[in-house]
Amino acid sequence: MFVSLNWLKQYVDLQGLTPEDLAEKITKTGIEVEGVEPFGEPIEHLVVGYVKECAQHPNADKLNLCQVDVGDETLQIVCGAPNVAQGQKVAVAKPGAVLPGNFKIKKAKLRGEESSGMICSLQELGIDSKYVPKEYEDGIFVFPEDTDAEVGADATSLLNLDDVILELGLTPNRSDALSMLGVAYEVAAMLDTDVKLPNEDVQITDQKASEEVSVKVDATDLNPYYGAMVIRNIEVGPSPLWMRNRLVASGIRPINNVVDITNYVLLEYGQPLHAFDYDRFGSKEVVVRRAQEGETIKTLDDEERTLSSDHLVITNGKDPVAIAGVMGGADSEVHEGTTSVLLEAAYFDPQTVRKASKDHGLRSESSVRFEKAVDPDRVKRAGLRAAQLLSQYANGEVLEGVVDHDELSYEEAVVTITTSRMNHVLGTNMTDEHIQDILRKLGFSYNQNGEEFEVSIPTRRGDITIFEDMVEEIGRMYGYDDIPFTMPGGEGNAGGLTKHQSLRRKVRHYLEGAGLSEAITYSLTTEERAQMLISPDVKTEDLRPVHLAMPMSEEHSHLRLSMVPELLASASYNIARKQQDVAFYEIGSIYVSEESILTKQPNEEERLSGVLTGSWVSHPWQQEKKNVDFYVLKGILEGLFDLLDLESEITYKQAKVEGMHPGRTAIIELNGKAIGHLGQLHPALQKEYDLKETYVYDVDLEALFAAVSDEESYTPIPRHPSVSRDIALVVDNDVKAGDLRKSILEAGQPLVQHALVFDLYQGEHLPEGKKSLAFSLRYLDPTRTLTDEEVEEAHNAILEKVKADYNAELRG
Amino acid sequence: MQERLQELKADALKQVEEANEVKALQDVKVQYLGKKGPITEVLKGMGKLPKEERPVIGQLANDVREEIATAIETKKQKLENEALEKQLEEETIDVTLPGRPAPTGGPHLLTNLIEEIEDLFIGMGFEVAEGPEVEADYYNFEALNLPKGHPARDMQDSFYITEEILMRTHTSPVQARTMEKHEGKGPVKIICPGKVYRRDTDDATHSHQFTQIEGLLVDKHVRMSDLKGVLNAFAKQMFGEEREIRLRPSFFPFTEPSVEMDISCKMCGGEGCSVCKGTGWIEILGAGMVHPNVLEMAGYDPKEYTGFAFGMGPERIAMLKYGIDDIRHFYTNDVRFLNQFHKA
Repeated sequence: MFVSLNWLKQYVDLQGLTPEDLAEKITKTGIEVEGVEPFGEPIEHLVVGYVKECAQHPNADKLNLCQVDVGDETLQIVCGAPNVAQGQKVAVAKPGAVLPGNFKIKKAKLRGEESSGMICSLQELGIDSKYVPKEYEDGIFVFPEDTDAEVGADATSLLNLDDVILELGLTPNRSDALSMLGVAYEVAAMLDTDVKLPNEDVQITDQKASEEVSVKVDATDLNPYYGAMVIRNIEVGPSPLWMRNRLVASGIRPINNVVDITNYVLLEYGQPLHAFDYDRFGSKEVVVRRAQEGETIKTLDDEERTLSSDHLVITNGKDPVAIAGVMGGADSEVHEGTTSVLLEAAYFDPQTVRKASKDHGLRSESSVRFEKAVDPDRVKRAGLRAAQLLSQYANGEVLEGVVDHDELSYEEAVVTITTSRMNHVLGTNMTDEHIQDILRKLGFSYNQNGEEFEVSIPTRRGDITIFEDMVEEIGRMYGYDDIPFTMPGGEGNAGGLTKHQSLRRKVRHYLEGAGLSEAITYSLTTEERAQMLISPDVKTEDLRPVHLAMPMSEEHSHLRLSMVPELLASASYNIARKQQDVAFYEIGSIYVSEESILTKQPNEEERLSGVLTGSWVSHPWQQEKKNVDFYVLKGILEGLFDLLDLESEITYKQAKVEGMHPGRTAIIELNGKAIGHLGQLHPALQKEYDLKETYVYDVDLEALFAAVSDEESYTPIPRHPSVSRDIALVVDNDVKAGDLRKSILEAGQPLVQHALVFDLYQGEHLPEGKKSLAFSLRYLDPTRTLTDEEVEEAHNAILEKVKADYNAELRG
Repeated sequence: MQERLQELKADALKQVEEANEVKALQDVKVQYLGKKGPITEVLKGMGKLPKEERPVIGQLANDVREEIATAIETKKQKLENEALEKQLEEETIDVTLPGRPAPTGGPHLLTNLIEEIEDLFIGMGFEVAEGPEVEADYYNFEALNLPKGHPARDMQDSFYITEEILMRTHTSPVQARTMEKHEGKGPVKIICPGKVYRRDTDDATHSHQFTQIEGLLVDKHVRMSDLKGVLNAFAKQMFGEEREIRLRPSFFPFTEPSVEMDISCKMCGGEGCSVCKGTGWIEILGAGMVHPNVLEMAGYDPKEYTGFAFGMGPERIAMLKYGIDDIRHFYTNDVRFLNQFHKA
């Protein structure tokens, strides 16, 4: 909503506040002022001039030579506008004037003739051409004849160039401020002053409107009030300059006096009106009804529109002549030759107008106001105000009476408040007098009984219906700045994180310390990616990726079942920008459902995923360089499981997973149950993503956290020495180190504490198809010092076991 | 004999003086102080001396022995020190060569900010509550005083999956769920961080996915002044002690009164600049007193309980704090962006 301060001053005394101060006050008490913009630039040496003579320039066909009286002198001005003529009052920029855009007016010779100034168009004065009335679009501006403009007078204020516009950002509840009067009430309450209401007295003729029109409403629920007035002998022409200025300042282009007046009253009262050409209405009866299914109407914008029974129409008893509250019909539009007007002032059901406006893609100044419900008290009054203006500025004769259908409720809501409850909720120490004072400023009447106030809410404030609404009114008028700062009392909570949340942080910090960067990708992905690289612990036959009913794009249409595909896209993005080394982790949800049409929310499972590619360690001058490989990634995950004290419960199983390298992928199992996987991305997919060797992982965090023990325990530091022994075993190539280690640990119970692979050898000195795996073992009995014999015995048991299990021979 | 001893001493000290390595010193030691050395010889011959001279010579012999031993030891120390110094000299490295890079990972800027905010509120006794991102219409809208048909819940603005299930548009449903779980009994004191989704086309200022942190306190005597106090404490800790806050009336369906909180502009200190668009204030979050309908629907008696709620966007805060100009940066995962926020 644009508010012209020059206009606002007509209703409320702004007490000399600067626009900025006023804006600040309005913002703090109720409505955010999003902008304070000067409407134009006050221009010095811009005066009203009278064109005494206008002759053709002797040396140029398209130029005119004008003698212009500017009060104290007559200036010769060369003017190229096609519409300049003798007898006009025009805006003259005298030499010395500076027009917007730093355009300095100087004396000059144009084609040999002296020119002392410029006759201005509105555009040259800084007014946006979209607000310039059609007749002045391609030429100079001419003051209307009835303008009280003395020759030589300052033209800045006549053209409203000294106005300042406040742009209000209205929240949905404050539709009362969608009118100048509404804003005036708000500002008057804030400044503790009165609102001067406009004059609604209409001079009427003897003839009764009811003889010329009847009103019948067939859908009272959608149209509780419909009022019609008839104005005769209208002369359609330009509206007065002041009215045009105010419309332009409010962002509305002036058309003609009839249209301008309905728009003006819409802005002034917040009540949309519609003027039909009475003679083209098609009958003398107004019938308001629901549209018939498939009925059509050609609207003002010359569009043929098909209606449904959800829409309300104004008809002439037969055909629709307007879509109620949205747009009038083309056939009954007011035009230059209109002489009689049927003026509509009505209350239409907000939902019905919203529906019609949406269905037809027609949002207008009118529909916006009807959608928010107009003030019942102003419907009829707005009609009267418009009739008054039509009689005054369009020479209309107003027929007596408003022909109406009236089942509208004018009842004021009553909200009861008490001073103590008010203080209780706001945390203030207001007295009854404070409340009285604020209610008076707001213009709300009340009955007081001790500290209890029964407040009658004016119909213009339809947003106030309950106690809490009054808390806001009282609070904001008291001043939010004056509410003290307190801290909540009550029992007091310890606050904090849940076990899950703490563990999540622990995991994050570990991964970051291990060298991974956290990434955040979109949960919504493409249909293809939603089905890619799903971890074996998630994937089932019946899994169905969840998709949106109305996605904005295919890119974000399906909910992910793995974070990996989008992380790969992020890696790819970086590599395309010469950032070759990527090591990401992401903690986020996947959305698991087996329903093709959801009847319940999908399971949201929190997972840890990531992508690694490029160099892992790069320290060239010491000849140390290592790219990311399977074991780099596995080491990070092992560290993570160790951090959670789950290392002994985790196993890695060689596996084939779709989208993954068939020989370099492992399923991660927790106590024998799959919780995720890690491995190299399948080279085909690497190529698709434009990636080199890339490793990914995807782990079920919830399963992992559930296994974390709450018990905190301590194992004493052993007081007896351990014994270290190395063992190198020759086995077939396909024997897994993990399996061999498992055998060693089993056979070495209870003395072997530790078995670490420290060498893997294949090649010379070993038979074809064999490899040597060397383990470093540590034997310990925490209760005593082991003897050589005891260690030897345990060692032999291990050798026997691995021989039996894997035909392992001690390497000679 | 005395002369002989003095002579021996002088010779020995000279040899010590001349020795250039530990080995040579060792030889001197063996030569003079060994069991077959001249001093031992002298001592052996003492029996031939008159009785009264014996102690004098004995004393002298011991002194000489001592003196030579000390000289050898001192010289040895010196030589060893020299050798060590030489070795250390040779071991000198170029300390300006680069070190072996340690792994450098780090959190995402948003996570960092969210954790910081979580910790601030945890310090004030809040718990962190989380909930599903795919929500029931009831919790996302209805329970928050946004009944079906409400203009603020247009199908166009939300990602619906079915008529009853959608991507949550804010984290407020977590509040509704948490209150419901408390079965009408207070206090509830939570903050709810998480991802939310709106039906927007991604551009520099819009993202179809973003994060939100909302807070809720419901108890028997929660006042609007408490909201002011908590938000003030938050703003000062988050943005600096010298920041002021102000509340302005606003509108949200789930709070009444509703306010927006501004903080005084850091760039200009409230004077007005391009960052605060000349107002001296920067909008940070929305808040308000929990609407009685919301309390009631969650099973609380609004006559007995009151509450406040607030909500903020970490992206917006990050953009303000760091001058980030495009919201898409948060989700592109450009390492040149991410790495900048790994530093403390």
